[in-house]
Amino acid sequence: MSSFWERLLGRRNQSGSGTVAKQRLQLLLVTDRSQLSPETIQRMKDEIIAVISKYVPIAHDKVEINLEQRQRDNWLVADIPLLRNAQHGAPPESSAESPTAEDA
Amino acid sequence: MAIRQSASRVITITSGKGGVGKTTVTANLSAALARMGRRVVCIDADIGLRNLDLILGVENRIVNDLVDVVEGRCDLAHALIRHKAYPELFILPAAQNRDKTAVSPSQMIRITDALRPQFEFILIDSPAGIERGFKNAVAPADEVLIVTNPEVSAVRDADRIIGMIELLEKRPPSRLIINRVKAEMVKRREMLSAEDVTDILSIELIGVVPEDEAVLIAGNRGMPEPNSRAGQAFTEIARRLLGENVPHSHTDASQGFFKRLTRLFTGSGTRQGSVFDE
Ligand SMILES: Nc1ncnc2c1ncn2[C@@H]1O[C@H](COP(=O)(O)OP(=O)(O)O)[C@@H](O)[C@H]1O
Ligand SMILES: [Mg+2]
Repeated sequence: MSSFWERLLGRRNQSGSGTVAKQRLQLLLVTDRSQLSPETIQRMKDEIIAVISKYVPIAHDKVEINLEQRQRDNWLVADIPLLRNAQHGAPPESSAESPTAEDA
Repeated sequence: MAIRQSASRVITITSGKGGVGKTTVTANLSAALARMGRRVVCIDADIGLRNLDLILGVENRIVNDLVDVVEGRCDLAHALIRHKAYPELFILPAAQNRDKTAVSPSQMIRITDALRPQFEFILIDSPAGIERGFKNAVAPADEVLIVTNPEVSAVRDADRIIGMIELLEKRPPSRLIINRVKAEMVKRREMLSAEDVTDILSIELIGVVPEDEAVLIAGNRGMPEPNSRAGQAFTEIARRLLGENVPHSHTDASQGFFKRLTRLFTGSGTRQGSVFDE
C-alpha cells in the first residue's frame, strides 16, 4: 500500500505500542470482567463440548465458543455445528440410537 | 436563602488508579463551572491526603473540615471556604490527620443532601483505590466522571471501577475523562488514542485533556489557568456537563475520522487490527 493511502487511512504504524496496548487490554479485560482465567475458560469450553457430544454428534473441528464483549456486557457465544444424523442419512460415526455415546 | 430552580447535581470524580488527575479535574472543573456563574461546592473526600485545598490555593484558610462536620464540632456552613477569585466556588476540605473510616457512605449522603438546596453543582474528589474512601465518594453520586490516562494500567483500573459503579444500587451514569494525552505520541501510534480508550472501556467520553505543563504551574500557584490548553479542555468539559453539544476538538477527532474512513473503505465495522492484513 502506498504511504499516501496508509497515511490517509491512519494506519501508518500498526505495530506501534499504542496498537499493542489496545490489543493487550482488550484480551485482558475479558478475563478481568468475567473473572475467569484463560485456563478456566478453556476448561469450561471443553466441558461444554463434552456435554453436548453426549447427546448429539458435533463437528468438533468447527466448534467456536468465545467470550465476547458487547458494550460492557460479557456474552458467551457458541457456534456448535451438529453433524447430520440418522434421521436424514447415515450417522457419520456413532449410532443415532445411542445418545450417550462416548466421544468417538 | 432562595431555593434554586434547577435540581442540584452531585458529581463524583474517581479513577481506580492514583495520580491520574482526579484532584486536578475536580479543581479545574469546579473553577470552570464557577466562572460560568454556576454555584459550585467541591468536597475533598480524600481524608488523610487532602490536596484539593492546595491546588485551589485555599490551604491557609482552613478552619474546619469534613470530619469536623460529620462529628458535629461545627456546622456545615462554617466549614465551607469561599474562593477569593471565584465567589461562586466553595471548598469543603478533607481532614488531614484522620483516615477514611472517619466518614461513612451514609454520612456523605447526609452532607450532600444538606448542600443540595444551596448549590447547583456538588463535585466530590475521590481518593484512589476501591476501598472505603471510594465507597464514601460514590455513595451520594448522581453522576460519575472516571478519570484515566492513556496508559495500560490506568485503563485497566478504570475498567474495574466502572464495573463497580455498575453494581451500585443507584447505578449513576459514568462518563470518561482521558487526561494527559500527548497528541504527538498518539500520531506516532505510540500512545493509546482517546478513541482507543473509549472503545476499550465502552462508556461515553466527556472530554480529553492534553498533557500540559500549565497544570503543574497552576498547581504551584494554587490558581487554575483557564487559558492554557488544558484549561480550555476543562472549560469544554464544563460546557458539556451543562448540556451543550461541544464537538471534541483534539487530535483524536481526526484519528476517529481516519478510522471511520477505513471502515467505509473496507466495509467493516469490526475492531481495529482485524481489518487489514500486513
Ligand atoms: N493534564 C495534565 N498535564 C500535566 N500534568 C498533569 C495533568 N493532569 C495532572 N497532572 C499532574 O499529575 C499529578 C497528579 O495529579 P492529581 O490531580 O493530584 O491526581 P490524583 O488526584 O488522581 O491523584 C500532579 O502532579 C498534576 O500536576
Ligand atoms: Mg487526589
